[in-house]
Amino acid sequence: MSIPRERIRNFCIIAHIDHGKSTLADRLLEYTGTISDRKMEEQVLDKMELERERGITIKAKAVRMIYKADDGQEYLLNLIDTPGHVDFSYEVSRSLAACEGALLVVDASQGIEAQTLANTYLALENNLEIIPVINKIDLPSAEPEEAKREIEEIIGLDVQNAVLTSAKQGLGIKEVLEAIVKFIPPPEGSNDKPLRALIFDSLYDSYKGAVAFVRIMDGSVRPRQLIKMMSTGRTFEVTEIGILNPDMQPVDRLEAGQVGYIAASIKNVTDTRVGDTITDAQKPADKPLPGYRKAVPMVFCGMYPAEGEEYEDLKEALGKLQLNDASLFFEAETSAALGFGFRCGFLGLLHMDVVQERLEREYNLNLITTAPSVVYKITKTNGDTIDVDNPTNFPDPAEIAYIEEPYVDASIMLPTEYVGQVMELCQEKRGTMKTMEYVTEKRVILRYEMPLSEIIYDLFDQLKSRTRGYASLDYELSGYKRSDMVKLDILLNGEVVDALSFIVHKDKAYSRARQITEKLKEVIPRQMFEIAIQAAIGSKIIARETVKALRKNVLAKCYGGDITRKKKLLEKQKEGKKRMRQIGNVQLPQEAFMAVLKME
Amino acid sequence: MKTIGLYIHIPFCIRKCNYCDFNSFETLELIPEYIDALKREISNLKNCGYSAGTVYIGGGTPTVLTDNQLFCILNDLYKNINIAKNAEITIESNPGTLTLEKLHLLKTLGVNRLSIGLQAYQNSLLNIMGRIHTVEDFEKNFGAARDVGFDNINVDLIFGLPDQRPEDFEETLRRVLKFLPEHISCYALSLEDGTKFYKWHKEGRLDLPSDDDERKMYYKAIEILSHQGYMHYEISNFALPGRECRHNLGYWTYKEYLGLGAGAHSFIDNKRFYNHPAILKYIESIKTSSSAIADIESIPEKEQQAEFCFMGLRLLRGLNKGAFKQRFHKEITEVYESAIEKLKKQGLLEESHENLRLTALGLDFANMVFMEFMP
Repeated sequence: MSIPRERIRNFCIIAHIDHGKSTLADRLLEYTGTISDRKMEEQVLDKMELERERGITIKAKAVRMIYKADDGQEYLLNLIDTPGHVDFSYEVSRSLAACEGALLVVDASQGIEAQTLANTYLALENNLEIIPVINKIDLPSAEPEEAKREIEEIIGLDVQNAVLTSAKQGLGIKEVLEAIVKFIPPPEGSNDKPLRALIFDSLYDSYKGAVAFVRIMDGSVRPRQLIKMMSTGRTFEVTEIGILNPDMQPVDRLEAGQVGYIAASIKNVTDTRVGDTITDAQKPADKPLPGYRKAVPMVFCGMYPAEGEEYEDLKEALGKLQLNDASLFFEAETSAALGFGFRCGFLGLLHMDVVQERLEREYNLNLITTAPSVVYKITKTNGDTIDVDNPTNFPDPAEIAYIEEPYVDASIMLPTEYVGQVMELCQEKRGTMKTMEYVTEKRVILRYEMPLSEIIYDLFDQLKSRTRGYASLDYELSGYKRSDMVKLDILLNGEVVDALSFIVHKDKAYSRARQITEKLKEVIPRQMFEIAIQAAIGSKIIARETVKALRKNVLAKCYGGDITRKKKLLEKQKEGKKRMRQIGNVQLPQEAFMAVLKME
Repeated sequence: MKTIGLYIHIPFCIRKCNYCDFNSFETLELIPEYIDALKREISNLKNCGYSAGTVYIGGGTPTVLTDNQLFCILNDLYKNINIAKNAEITIESNPGTLTLEKLHLLKTLGVNRLSIGLQAYQNSLLNIMGRIHTVEDFEKNFGAARDVGFDNINVDLIFGLPDQRPEDFEETLRRVLKFLPEHISCYALSLEDGTKFYKWHKEGRLDLPSDDDERKMYYKAIEILSHQGYMHYEISNFALPGRECRHNLGYWTYKEYLGLGAGAHSFIDNKRFYNHPAILKYIESIKTSSSAIADIESIPEKEQQAEFCFMGLRLLRGLNKGAFKQRFHKEITEVYESAIEKLKKQGLLEESHENLRLTALGLDFANMVFMEFMP
């Protein structure tokens, strides 16, 4: 640790999905010899299998590099990785707060996307020095000058320092490192002040407990020191501190300006919340670092094991995921249709998808998920206000004075030729247009105020399909607004299937009811009796479909030679039946529960 | 001596029907070689220690064989395996391949039961099915069969055919009844993968009757045939009293059987085994190793129980609870307690003192019953 603070650079990379952040990070690690080529798995920073597969970064991490610059000096570069998705914008903002500079990576053939823009603004708010990196210049469709012009015109950044790279081919890597050294200022802060360490990420390690990844803003920290979490006041004794090399490597001391980790036998990641400030318990700082807020789940859904006996496994798996994910919420719930399961809360849809996929893939669970819901604030006629994230808890309409639903400010960036379609879509989604800005003559940013519930329903998919994937979306919660919401129930042969109920805007109730009943008619197999599928608001039926009765299910022939074959057929039928849920006398396949999730 | 049912497969047809997925081919030029192999397989039976209580020569179309070929096979059979004195000996036939002489020969060779594949009484429907014969061929040959002395004749019918109306099937039934056959099989058409019908259906080219009409035809068969004194004794089979097909009853009561010829299945000592289905492979295996067994499977008891039940429940009289206990040393009502109770509640199954059987509703949804007995 002989490198003085003046030669430390803390930076992060801002990029849109697939614009090459991880590849660039890999090249930087390679070039600085942080990781030997042989040890190098592709994209070291994206550790989770799922992240690698989706090409996105879910959890932020950090790594340090030693770089000998052209001026002959050795510099310590800390790369703090940022998650690339809208659900994690709070984590992004904390990662940014831990840095003095950022690389803004833009795909030379695609230009800036909404997400990148949002994060760049966040970086500017945090007074970060931004170095534009125009990546993928090797592509035949690359237009680096156009990309530069966009950066200049949209963000108003000086692109003189911009570096042209092809991370894939290893072009421009040294130039990036030189730019980091040259343009990003060294960290400030004083070793003499009381300790203030910003948590920008954490993970659970089965030996060390919850480990906080920190940037030391002031003071220093040593093993056996008593530390305090400023948001909760809880104290712990430091068992180990270290740097990320990129694996954890213990050191004796972390000082102002440095990036590393702190372990203190902390049992739970809820005690190492991102954004919190760690201080010295005996000599605490006056004030925590600004910007801490607890990440609050915005989207809720029910998760049930497809096979009842997997309930305990699901509980254990959720517990394990929560060890590493303080923003994942879950509690037990019961559904008449689905049995025992959990109500789960997520930061957003992607967070939900990721959790669901990890449960299915890493824990081998077969899940049934109910329609995601936002949190409604319902004020009752008796003056009480309740939060409702589960249609089951929707009060009797007679008791409701008014309902408020969460709204977001959404920015959509898209090529001009799709503006018409996207405006139409946003209107369908009950959006109100705020502004429309021409970024260049080819690209537009539309800003809408829109209910969050519409976004989590299918806005992403719709946006993709209507702009052939060219639009990008960013949003943040803007507040609550009164809305005319109703609870829509689905009935099978007169019986409400609780797991299929959802809350929807009154104007949309009829069309959604029709779509869902039609979809259910498709997926519910014919049974020995007719099945009436009804959608109802209260006691009023607003849509109906019928699954006609099956007339027969019988093998006409079965003689000596057929037995083995026919037996297999019957076994298959039985297997199929096992996967069905029994609702009253109706057998409901798993796909039925998917029907309310998404419409095509 | 152990009594078994003996099955002999003749996998040749002049033309493969459009609905058929049986092991049968139009490669008639292979018949001589096939007969040689089959004869060799038959000769292996010498000293097998079995006695055949029934013999069933099926196909394909066994009556595509020449008189001489038929003679050879039956003659070899009598020479190599003990055939019970009162054995039922059936041969399947296509009306387009029968002649008075062939019928006379078959009768002389000891065949005492003739099964005629008529399928429908409308030439237009026969044409759609790709049958090689006409209604008139049937009429002529049924008469000839009676003339040479066949007093046990089955007629195969199919319902639920493309373009078939309930009236057509009713007409078929009434016209067939005029001939007073001892046995009538009425099979619901099923579209099997790999058949022309299946392909045409996928392409939307078949005008199949509605489910309601299809069931109407089935109910009509039960109604008309019962009225004429036929016993509805298996899901798809009807017979005058005492004329049930004894060979097939063997399958449904889970008796042992031995199959000879390409693709033929056997079930002996709780093992199921079958011959190579491909003709050339069958011939070659017989030539090189005098056996053509492709695979042997030992049936675990749980599966034996399941098979016993789903075969037995095909019979309208149901399966005999005593027979189950005798074979497995357990009460069927204990092994399948919850399944039986559930099915009874659903109105699919009924229980008498001795038997467990499908209800009328159960006949339509037999698979849902059988399924519950699967391990």
